[in-house]
Amino acid sequence: MDFLTLIELLDSTVRSATPLLLACLAGLYSERAGIFDIGLEGKMLAAAFFSAAIAFMTGSAWLGLLAGIGASLVLSVIHGLASINYRGNQLISGVAINFLAAGMTVLVAEDWFSEGGRTPSLEGSARFGPIKLPFADQIADTPVVGPIYAGLLSGHSVLVYVAFAMVPVTWWVLYRSRFGLRLRAVGEAPEAVDTAGVSVIRLRYSAVIICGVLCGVAGAYLATGLQANFTKDMTANRGFIALAALIFAKWRPWYALAACLLFGFLFAIETRFQNIALFGVPLPLQLVQALPYILTVVILAGFVGKAIPPRAGGEAYVKER
Amino acid sequence: MTFVHKFLSTAAALALSAGAALSEPALIFDLGGKFDKSFNEAAFNGAKRWADESGGTFREIELQSEAQREQALRRFAEAGANPIVMTGFAFGNVLGEVAPDYPDTKFAIIDMVVDAPNVRSVVFNEHEGSYLVGMMAAMASTSGTVGFIGGMDIPLIRKFACGYVQGVKAVNPDATVIQNMTGTTPAAWNDPVKGSELTKAQISQGADVVYAAAGGTGVGVLQTAADENILSIGVDSNQNYMHPGKVLTSMMKRVDNAVYEAMKMGENLETGFNVMGVANGGIDYAMDEHNAPLVSDEMKAAVDGAKDQIASGALAVHDYMSDNACPVE
Repeated sequence: MDFLTLIELLDSTVRSATPLLLACLAGLYSERAGIFDIGLEGKMLAAAFFSAAIAFMTGSAWLGLLAGIGASLVLSVIHGLASINYRGNQLISGVAINFLAAGMTVLVAEDWFSEGGRTPSLEGSARFGPIKLPFADQIADTPVVGPIYAGLLSGHSVLVYVAFAMVPVTWWVLYRSRFGLRLRAVGEAPEAVDTAGVSVIRLRYSAVIICGVLCGVAGAYLATGLQANFTKDMTANRGFIALAALIFAKWRPWYALAACLLFGFLFAIETRFQNIALFGVPLPLQLVQALPYILTVVILAGFVGKAIPPRAGGEAYVKER
Repeated sequence: MTFVHKFLSTAAALALSAGAALSEPALIFDLGGKFDKSFNEAAFNGAKRWADESGGTFREIELQSEAQREQALRRFAEAGANPIVMTGFAFGNVLGEVAPDYPDTKFAIIDMVVDAPNVRSVVFNEHEGSYLVGMMAAMASTSGTVGFIGGMDIPLIRKFACGYVQGVKAVNPDATVIQNMTGTTPAAWNDPVKGSELTKAQISQGADVVYAAAGGTGVGVLQTAADENILSIGVDSNQNYMHPGKVLTSMMKRVDNAVYEAMKMGENLETGFNVMGVANGGIDYAMDEHNAPLVSDEMKAAVDGAKDQIASGALAVHDYMSDNACPVE
């Protein structure tokens, strides 16, 4: 494999990892606050549809992004109501959200556009185009540094940079801010937070809302950054892979970045080298495509050690009388 | 409660008696939906053409879930619709069970073979159409490398791929064809993001024409090809309009013709095995104002020549599904 192929591979890694990373961080906020969220997939899907639909109607990718975030927020608040106020089962609520999003997006798309659950193609400013970093063209020919800068770092849509910037931001919020300390505490021992006179409900809602915003960005990136329209079920289980990455990372932001990049890299390898020959024997396609999942199991079983979720996760908080 | 009961039973009796009186054809769309710009919409257009010409009416239903397949079939059959046309290979198993229960009703299934005395099985020679577009791809390519992106890795899609490769090699024996499949599960039909990544990977390996036979995933392929300024080839119905000037052509399955003919025959539907190929107009490549500038007279002449040869039987394109192997890579 030559250097340029490696750059292309890493470039593809970044694109594949971005939606995973956003969804993973979204789940991180929610689960750190004690709200399990398997509805990441549904929220991304709803955001993907509404961002594409509104971007098409208004011609602005930014308005589309806002609409996507809005749609995702609505689902987040439903999840919040069910699991915080009404103390429902968080897994069931998450599953319901996934079903709701899968059905609703296609239904509304069919009603609005009559294109078989698709949105029309977006053009021009209705999409998030690639951003060229300064001097990318000038130094593109410099050996080693040029391709890395111009080929790998430059030329992504703005949401990619947002996603990667969210990692240090999340780290800072969680480990350096008062809000983060309380957020982590509410996922471990909500009764202690309550005793200290801080509202558990408000904290958990803030976490769920942050989760909604990040899922909204992830969905908008899929539909208006990577693609130029919404298609039925276009998230293709990325929300669940993000959940796996989250467990992988043991609910820590920098590790989440590493886990998502690893998944992205495996997907990039899988798309780039479908016909790998190992010692002269061609590997079957099915094996190559299963590789990301096999490696996940191997790494999870052998290298990560025990992943312990936040202790109060999955349980509604009931004030003691 | 009694009122509701009474009301419901009256309604049911009415519906039954009304149904028995009718003998109009019915059309069941697969999960893709009626207006999918592709397969199902073509079926609808065929039915509409029949209705406009004959002045008749037809019943239709769009499936919302897998579980409705049998339900929809049985309800139409109970209601006396005849013939009942359905689109998509996924009806195969269900129809195999339902058809013997209604020996007086005729069924037509598209894209699948069901062996029953009252079923007409319509299948398409996709390999022939793929051969034609493969020839065009090889002629339009300047790099000598072209790509194929399939949806789910099933024999039907390998049939597309194999025909395509044969067409490419017929024009340029030294050409390289990069073949990729999106996945091995049904999710592979609806992953445009991965379609884009596959297209980008193929472009980086030198491909400058990409043929997508991948359902919804193909939308991502065509989009990326247009963004990266290479040519793409659509599938099933005419997709040239999706990116004018960027889609070289489309491999068309005339599902509309199949539905039209089935409805025209009505209750006297000819059952058995029905093959739609280049010879009887069931398979073709798309030409319209969107791709006219891309196709030279020379290309058109060569492809039409091959079309005549296939139609007359002088040129045989290997069918992958006949022996699950492809003579060329």
